[in-house]
Amino acid sequence: MTSTYEKIASTTLGSTASTVTFSSIPATYTDLVLISNVKASGGNCYPYIRLNSDTGTNYSYTYMSGTGSSALSGRASNTAVNFMYGYSYATTANANFNSLIQVMNYANTTTNKTMLSRSNNAENSTDSGVGLWRNTAAVNTVTMVGNSNDFASGSTFTLYGIKAE
Amino acid sequence: MLNTIFGSLSEGVAPSTNSYESIASSVAGAGGVTSVTWSGISSTYTHLQVRIMVPNSNSSSDNNIALRFNNDSTSVYTLHQLSADGATVASGALTGLSFARVGHFSSSSTQPLVLVTDILDVNNTNKYKTTKSLFGFDTNGGGAIQLVSSLYSGSTSAINRVDVISANSVTFPQYTSFALYGIKGA
Repeated sequence: MTSTYEKIASTTLGSTASTVTFSSIPATYTDLVLISNVKASGGNCYPYIRLNSDTGTNYSYTYMSGTGSSALSGRASNTAVNFMYGYSYATTANANFNSLIQVMNYANTTTNKTMLSRSNNAENSTDSGVGLWRNTAAVNTVTMVGNSNDFASGSTFTLYGIKAE
Repeated sequence: MLNTIFGSLSEGVAPSTNSYESIASSVAGAGGVTSVTWSGISSTYTHLQVRIMVPNSNSSSDNNIALRFNNDSTSVYTLHQLSADGATVASGALTGLSFARVGHFSSSSTQPLVLVTDILDVNNTNKYKTTKSLFGFDTNGGGAIQLVSSLYSGSTSAINRVDVISANSVTFPQYTSFALYGIKGA
């Protein structure tokens, strides 16, 4: 029987990694959901998402953050670093950074791709963000990039597909 | 440093549990639509989820994207929202609305806006119904991100109909995708 919300792939790191990539994503789903629970290695890391291995300045984002003392908003345009997480980031402590990113209508070839994110690290911030990838290609590869430092062993990443019938 | 790559097709898929089911979906055709109606929703779901992508709304941000429940258009909806525009964060609340606001149109003619809305405990007849919505768009220099919570206090009846509407009957353009999912409890 067809499953609507399906795990595509997942991993728990057995050693540090600078990136985690899910490739060959089939175009049979409607939306993608990437859930990450991350601890940093070697220092703070500020993870961001990259689509189809595009390292160009084809991303932009808008976020809002609550740091415990302030509510903030910011944005970036024409950036290669799609950091929708605002002020939350992963540390080397056990208070992990976690995020849920939704890549909406990822397989359509008519529109650019918009992503929604919720992220949290109880040590620093809770955040919501929206990101844009200016490319109409179907998304077939999703990469989480550690940025500044690596993902620690034990960090988990799971990619799900949601299929509208 | 180790770069880790996982090919998705080799990972296999989780067995079907039917806890999260696609109820209905549609894509607006040429000319667009001003509303979408999902009726006869089964009472077997605990929660509902609405997922919408508007490819290029090209409409004033004053025009709301909203839901109505059980065809109730009386002034029995309220909301709280937390919103940001890339520079400032604002909070707001409204009462006496005739719809559950979940987002708003964007003036961008090129960039999509998206939203995910959860409607909680839809078949519990002992409580009013609450929605929580995450909505946003980015235009590479502009955009907005919002968290919106709405309360429908017109009735504690189970929800069997959901209408997606636009304020002022603004047209959802061609290629707008609408999807309704049902989530079952244990």
